Amino acid sequence: MSDSLDAAALLGMLRRMMVIRRFEERAAQSYQQANVGGFCHLYIGQEAVAVGSISALRPDDPIITAYRDHGHALARDMDPRYAMAELFGKLTGCSKGKGGSMHYFDREHHMYGGHAIVGGQCPLGIGIAFGIQYLEEDKVCVCYLGDGALNQGGFHESMNMAAVMNLPIIFALENNQYSMGTHIARGTAAADNLPAKAAAYDMRADACDGMDVQAVYNCFAKQAALVRAGEGPAFVDCQTYRYKGHSMSDPQKYRSKDEVSEQEQQDPINKLVNHLIDNHLCDQSEIDKIDKHAKDQALESVKFANDSPETGLDELFTDVYSQPYGPYKKGDLPLMLRERDPGDR
Amino acid sequence: MREIQYREALREAMTEEMARDSRVFLMGEEVAEYNGAYKVSQGMLERFGPKRVVDTPISETAFSGLGVGAAMYGLRPIIEFMSWSFCLVAADQIINNAPKMLYMSGGQFGVPAVFRGNNGAGGQLGSTHSWSVESMFSSVPGLKMAIPATPYDAKGLLRTAIRDDDPVFFLESERLLGFKGPVPPPEEEYLIPFGQADIKLVGTDCTIVAMGRPIHFALQAALELAKEGIHCEVIDPRTIRPLDIDTIVASVRKTGYLVVVDQSWPFASVASEIAMQVYEQALDDLDNKIIRVNNDDVPAPYNRTLEQEMLPNAKKIYEAVRAVTYNA
Repeated sequence: MSDSLDAAALLGMLRRMMVIRRFEERAAQSYQQANVGGFCHLYIGQEAVAVGSISALRPDDPIITAYRDHGHALARDMDPRYAMAELFGKLTGCSKGKGGSMHYFDREHHMYGGHAIVGGQCPLGIGIAFGIQYLEEDKVCVCYLGDGALNQGGFHESMNMAAVMNLPIIFALENNQYSMGTHIARGTAAADNLPAKAAAYDMRADACDGMDVQAVYNCFAKQAALVRAGEGPAFVDCQTYRYKGHSMSDPQKYRSKDEVSEQEQQDPINKLVNHLIDNHLCDQSEIDKIDKHAKDQALESVKFANDSPETGLDELFTDVYSQPYGPYKKGDLPLMLRERDPGDR
Repeated sequence: MREIQYREALREAMTEEMARDSRVFLMGEEVAEYNGAYKVSQGMLERFGPKRVVDTPISETAFSGLGVGAAMYGLRPIIEFMSWSFCLVAADQIINNAPKMLYMSGGQFGVPAVFRGNNGAGGQLGSTHSWSVESMFSSVPGLKMAIPATPYDAKGLLRTAIRDDDPVFFLESERLLGFKGPVPPPEEEYLIPFGQADIKLVGTDCTIVAMGRPIHFALQAALELAKEGIHCEVIDPRTIRPLDIDTIVASVRKTGYLVVVDQSWPFASVASEIAMQVYEQALDDLDNKIIRVNNDDVPAPYNRTLEQEMLPNAKKIYEAVRAVTYNA
């Protein structure tokens, strides 16, 4: 582990990881209580990837991800209340209840969405990176993808164009080893040599232990600096693991309980807690306080989502067009943005 | 008024909008150094440089998705498909991402992008290169669709498309690129609002609705029919989304007859939709059933005779008007 991060920074990362963990536990509970519909993909186990990478970026560096997107939104400090309300399909949700679990967006925090078609966010990611380059901004776009996206055409086309155009983007592979129920070795050629994917496009490759938030941080800090220096795009393999099923409805027959419990020994939150305690960077009471706060926030988010009023049917025809016509009407921005930024737009 | 080609009208629209707004850029296959596969973007690289007139590899998924992402980021992309037939490999980007982003994000991220290129058959290219996408895509809420038939409309509609805050599918015609028509000089700026049909020919006896290239077939047919005393009103909706159904209905109330011409396939087509909306709004004003003139319901053949037989043409429109007005 690197010691380049001070205690305050580490505690900040711990706080975010715990917020994600406790939020996801409440999301699972709410799903089981049938307050959440559709698909719900939990981020538990992978917290170090979103938190480590996002902590290494500047707040206005744009990020974009796939459908397992709760962690990224919360790592970008979306208020958990708006995140939970989105799961409940309420108008108070981050996407006004029109996107659901797989489509979290947060314009204020430069989070360009969860995107639910595997690999479909990669072309969007290079578009954001093109925008950065076009506007000559000193920013880096991070485009997250799961290992399943490695086998989609859009990923390869985007890697190629990013390399050809020297776009300021990092493709952050969240390699949790399973695309739904298919192990990476069954679906991906050269699964044991992923830098080859980048080499095919003459792109810089890097890798990190995705269960170690400091390792993730250091890797992305280095790569983001290289991208900012004009060294071109990068591909980073974050080796991680999800403890829960692909979605809430996954019986997980494709892997053993032993495998899961072995991986849980690598828990990224425990790892950071142990590091903090072992190095006397904080005491247990501080850890407990952070966890208590995360639990409270998660519980509060459920209460907020529950208490939010039902959405009026007139919302059906808003936000279809920016310049409405016929039956289509202009919508209000989500409460999340109106509260933060009154009078915007 | 001066006359310019349809392709020149498109080029003028893009050039003038790029001069007006630095966020606008053109991207696509062979748009820059090759000067456009069909010479639509000829000279634009020289004028605006490689940052704003951008060649891409043959990667429709990547560069159309790039357009969506760049639009979310605040730019105003014009994404050129050499042919709309090639857009099918990018379907996820153009019909999943572009038109639904605003809705899914609760109004946070719009996609002010224009996707444009050649649409329609007629060049003996075989089925894969002969798509008319208007029926397939116009059923997608969140996008707008324009389909100009003349240089005047091409320029005015494309300028509006580029300024629109929503994704616009702009359907041009390879067969019309060299077609000349009157267009005001560049110093006389004009825009054509979406959702406003143009009555290309005023008449009293039968309404013909057509879009894109078949407008010219409709006008040919109307010329023949006029000689026989049947005066057709030819209406060009110009945009399919929004659709100016009011102008069509008003015309049908006047003439009592309707023929709808549509160069896409008949099943669940734009022609079917227009016919249905007219039935809903003006059933009592119709003196006969509505007749549709679509592509025949087969893949586009290579054989020239078969291809011409399969497409809408002036003879088919003439016969449709004669058939529908037999009881007049």
